[in-house]
Amino acid sequence: MSEVVGGIFTSHVPGIGAAIAKGLQDDPYWQPFFDGFIPVHAFLEREKPDVAVVFYNDHGLNFFLDKMPTFAIGAASEYRHEDEGWGIGGFKPFPGHPALSWHIIEQVVGEEFDPVTCQSMLVDHAVAVPFELCWPGTDAWPVRLVPICLNTVQHPLPSPKRCLALGRAVGRALESWQGGERIVVLGTGGLSHQLDGARAGHINVEYDRFCLRNLASDPEAMLQHDTLDIVELAGSQGVEILNWLAARGALRGSVRELASNYHVPISNTAAATVLLENRARVRA
Amino acid sequence: MLPFSRAEASGKRAIPGTPVFDGDAAMAGYALNAMCYSFNSADNRAAFAAGEEAYMDRFALTDQQREAVRQRDVLGMIAAGGNVYYLAKLAGILGLNVQDLGALQTGVAVDDFKAALLAHGVTERTVS
Repeated sequence: MSEVVGGIFTSHVPGIGAAIAKGLQDDPYWQPFFDGFIPVHAFLEREKPDVAVVFYNDHGLNFFLDKMPTFAIGAASEYRHEDEGWGIGGFKPFPGHPALSWHIIEQVVGEEFDPVTCQSMLVDHAVAVPFELCWPGTDAWPVRLVPICLNTVQHPLPSPKRCLALGRAVGRALESWQGGERIVVLGTGGLSHQLDGARAGHINVEYDRFCLRNLASDPEAMLQHDTLDIVELAGSQGVEILNWLAARGALRGSVRELASNYHVPISNTAAATVLLENRARVRA
Repeated sequence: MLPFSRAEASGKRAIPGTPVFDGDAAMAGYALNAMCYSFNSADNRAAFAAGEEAYMDRFALTDQQREAVRQRDVLGMIAAGGNVYYLAKLAGILGLNVQDLGALQTGVAVDDFKAALLAHGVTERTVS
């Protein structure tokens, strides 16, 4: 039987990828963020997952406004990160797991979700940066990828409640998968930040602390705000917390926080990394 | 993107200083955003740099969008329906990073914009 070993939640600022490329991990500006991955690396070394299911948002690499899915699930044998407009890209290809992808698709559609299914899909920095952070310096990624893309770009966005419910449906699908894989779940983006408008640079430490405090123990507390509430609180791009909420939903066992790191600022962003352990519930 | 007064008049929730990229904005901004999406290709970035007007013709930008691009007016691009995820690709051609964009939109010097971010100065870490 497969096992969902835990969740890794992290910001995915493109500048982090540039800092990795330049080897700035120990630079005073970057170190407080990169140090948050020390416990993540120890966890991954210990748990050795085979598969990463990643909840993220696309920033205009694979999806444009001509066709903008609310939820999209990758079912490709390989995914690539290509040029997003800055000449950066060409990270190692990401091996897929089409059989598990289709199992997830079957299960969540069976639960009345309606995702777009993608046999060909580019993944952007929202997948590539977290992979580089989790598995630095590897010749080939040690995990196979199932990407699940949420629309956090064009309103109306899916509600926080719907994102959490999607994550829970994915979690049930992972638990019913008959393979022996060890699975880690990733949620990427956030925390508070805003790139656009007269309020550009907005950061809300209080709201971020609220999310960090509740993510492991009471994610439903985060449902008290609707998407526009979150835009107001966390900024127009801080709404990427929806990816975290979906990923949290996929952890359905006994969940415990192993590590949390919050550092402001990285670029225009309040950056955070959280590691959650997921253990099977004790059955009566 | 509706100006906020119009957003309120239309019954939409207005969040001060914060564009909400909804269906109206996505329709109004389609040509501008489509042009920016094309900049995922290095060849297209070079073509824009070689002739901005001709490139804007290719994507049939509105007069408002063209003028905002000519003036490097980021708030103007957003008011014309631009979405920052796509505009960021244009900003890259213009040599602007997200701090530069923030400074342009808030009317402060880049160093002041960066200083305001650094002023938060928060680092909180727990490891169990």
